[in-house]
Amino acid sequence: MSAGVVAGQAARGVAGIARFALVVAATFLGLLAITFFIGRVVPIDPVLAVVGDRATAAVYEAARERMGLDRPLLVQFFSYVGDVLTGNLGQSISTGRAVVDDLGRFFPATLEMATVGILIGVALGVPMGVTAATRQGSWADQVIRVLGLLGYSVPAFWLGLVGLAVFYAGLGWVAGPGRIDIFYEGLVEPVTGVYLIDSLMAGEWEVFRNAASHLLLPASILGFFSLAYIARMTRSFMLDQLSQEYVTTARVKGVPERRVIWRHAFYPIRIQLITVIGLSYASLLEGSVMIETVFSWPGIGRYLTVALLNADMNAVLGATLVIGSVFILINKASDVLYRILDPRARR
Amino acid sequence: MSAVRDWLLDDSPASRLQASLGRSWRSFSALMRNPLAVAGALIILALIVMAVFAPWIAPYSAIGQDLANRLAPPSALHWMGTDELGRDIFSRVVFGSRITLMIVTMVAVISAPIGLLVGAISGYFGGWTDRVLMGLTDIFLSMPKLILALAFVAALGPGIENAIIAIAITAWPVYARIARAETITFRDSEFIAAVQLQGASSARVILRHVLPLCASSTIIRVTLDMAGIILTAAGLGFLGLGAQPPLPEWGAMISSGRNFILDQWWVATMPGFAIIAVSLGFCFLGDGLRDVLDPKQRDGR
Amino acid sequence: MTAPLLSIKNLTVTFPTPKGPVEVVRGISFSLGRERLGIVGESGSGKSMTGRSILKLIRPPGRVTADEMVFDGIDLASLRERRMRALRGARISMVMQDPKFSLNPVMTVGEQIGEALKTHRPMPRRQLRARVLEMLEAVRINEPERVADLYPHEVSGGMGQRVMIAMMLIPEPDLLIADEPTSALDVSVQAQVLDIIDELVRRNGMGLILISHDLGLVARYCDRILVMNGGEIVEECAARDLDKARHPYTRGLLAAMPRMDEDRDELPVLDRSAWAAT
Repeated sequence: MSAGVVAGQAARGVAGIARFALVVAATFLGLLAITFFIGRVVPIDPVLAVVGDRATAAVYEAARERMGLDRPLLVQFFSYVGDVLTGNLGQSISTGRAVVDDLGRFFPATLEMATVGILIGVALGVPMGVTAATRQGSWADQVIRVLGLLGYSVPAFWLGLVGLAVFYAGLGWVAGPGRIDIFYEGLVEPVTGVYLIDSLMAGEWEVFRNAASHLLLPASILGFFSLAYIARMTRSFMLDQLSQEYVTTARVKGVPERRVIWRHAFYPIRIQLITVIGLSYASLLEGSVMIETVFSWPGIGRYLTVALLNADMNAVLGATLVIGSVFILINKASDVLYRILDPRARR
Repeated sequence: MSAVRDWLLDDSPASRLQASLGRSWRSFSALMRNPLAVAGALIILALIVMAVFAPWIAPYSAIGQDLANRLAPPSALHWMGTDELGRDIFSRVVFGSRITLMIVTMVAVISAPIGLLVGAISGYFGGWTDRVLMGLTDIFLSMPKLILALAFVAALGPGIENAIIAIAITAWPVYARIARAETITFRDSEFIAAVQLQGASSARVILRHVLPLCASSTIIRVTLDMAGIILTAAGLGFLGLGAQPPLPEWGAMISSGRNFILDQWWVATMPGFAIIAVSLGFCFLGDGLRDVLDPKQRDGR
Repeated sequence: MTAPLLSIKNLTVTFPTPKGPVEVVRGISFSLGRERLGIVGESGSGKSMTGRSILKLIRPPGRVTADEMVFDGIDLASLRERRMRALRGARISMVMQDPKFSLNPVMTVGEQIGEALKTHRPMPRRQLRARVLEMLEAVRINEPERVADLYPHEVSGGMGQRVMIAMMLIPEPDLLIADEPTSALDVSVQAQVLDIIDELVRRNGMGLILISHDLGLVARYCDRILVMNGGEIVEECAARDLDKARHPYTRGLLAAMPRMDEDRDELPVLDRSAWAAT
């Protein structure tokens, strides 16, 4: 390859990264605008919340001025963006701590659950989708299709409750709500905040087993939803692939069917699948709100719902920002990954 | 009868009416050959019948309490048992169908026109209008819907109307995307040019000629989205942010049954089955509609 | 004469449709030695299906039946899928229509050619690479080293089709089926691609089935011609006797061919009523 071509590719790469950064920045700004807007349309007057509803008009005005609420909306918005960028999300009225600190404390729990969930979803969903596509119309295909539709129609919180009733109360296969039994609490020094990793690093097998037992059910339920989506998308990608002429070419060459399926049909879609898995992961972070509520799982989702019920707007908006940001980032990152990995899009 | 059928299936229709009736008939009969779509249509029909005739179908009142008979298991008297206030769960599920039907209808009625209009304007005018509107749409599209709806409800205050508004706000961008894509495909076609040459205003072109053509793909999408809307609404209800007690909203019913899930499982599970059935119904029908009306869009969720 | 390379009797291919099963190939019989056979017909005449059913690559719900389907003494009709796979590529191979679709977009050209050989004859990587480059040269590709590392979207249509030929001929099969090998290509490279096929087929002493809608092209590159219409063989003749063809369909096709020294104002259109009764 000549130097000119390489330079051209590099230039395009830089331009691509710049464009990507711009899109992500715009989307973040959009998210901030929405949270800002939500913060301003709250029927609860933030000034009243500070001065109390028996304050005189003069006191009220003074407080309003002090809080910067008399300035034009655009100025207020920019100062809000500045606050967020410097990590100032305000105080939570329910925990009394800075929202940023709360979020840092609660996030690892959500991350742990969603990650195990997506691993389950990928490990089962991809092979199921491939099987369904290669045996289109078979009973396996029908079962997978119904599972996929159930993933769109079963309420997560309901499945969580039923799961608790059956596997915890009924069969006793898993531990109940919460992240860990009280007995084990505090035994392991939190390093990452992810119990599975922390307990392994400390070599505490008992703690690890207990944490895993608590995690299994909620993560499996999240896994079910991502499995349904991943299997469905894999199936449809694979069906499209299997009808491609180059798959026939491979068969003409006498390539064994297993290799036809995985090397020729599946390999080209792995990149599309990364996007799907990314989307699914992002939606699991979102879906954890419901599951965490059902399982009393001390993650961001539960933090958000508790804040919602207490009308703790700083906490609500903070949690919304964090989940929204991660969601956007995963979304956009899988998009970029697609461009990098596909030889057709790479040139 | 067969004469009517032949007239409908005529390969060279003599009038516009015959052509469009024939097309509808063909779509309809194709849909009726798809067992899942028929099942979906029947479920939704049942939902509508249940909602309309709730007082006649439900054996008891939805809110009448009978504390002497609380938490009774399913029996011949109470098909789905009773809840913690002795209310008949089956009757509450029946009346709850009204709330569910109202929520999905309202969300569709609010969000689909907004999305259609934004998308059609964006696609029709192109240029900067397009860039700005689609930029906005993309930002909304890459937001987590449920979280956004939660935050909106938190701001607006709990309640069924606010839940509907919040869900509608998060639902429209998809329709805008679809309408824009459709509009672009026929924006430069001859029949649009012909209408423009007749001196029709942009508003007229969009409302009379562009929007009707986006209808079928939007209908498919709305049907497919219904399940998601029902789940979100139920989720808001479950968190106590949607319909407020004593309204028999299914999500709120599951929430109140939560405390009894280990011993009186029916309180929480029964409304769940109703949610699953209705959501599945919309999924089935949406899938079937897509296969019939728009085969190339298959599985493109 | 020794036993033919391929002998087919009463081959039928059926596809179910909502209106009942449709026979796209209706009981055709022919045999082939180490010669060049052309199958001509319009689209939908069943010629491609004939090619694919020899490789047993008609996917369900399509169904293939035949009284006899023997390749070099092997009964294809009763052959297990496993044994059939060993035959595909190694002994019977097929060049398909459009390299844009028939080459895997995410594997390099070299990998795909190598795979065709490696599947039947495992060999060290270095040796495989040498064979691939040699084959690329045989299909007249300059700079085989560079081309082997390209992805299909980076090569032109004509080059793509030569890659396809290299891939199908590298295991040195006995029979090559070329299904419309040039109809997706620029007119300027069509002859070049066919010349390469012709040269390699002659050199290796293989049998060739050239499937095309182009009567002139088939007449030029084949020894014998089958004309198909509506799933049936309506005419069978030596290529040089084509102008003596009797069937009205063949005559119609011949008449519709433009000539260099054209003196007609209008090319005649096929008059389908002439043979519709048969």
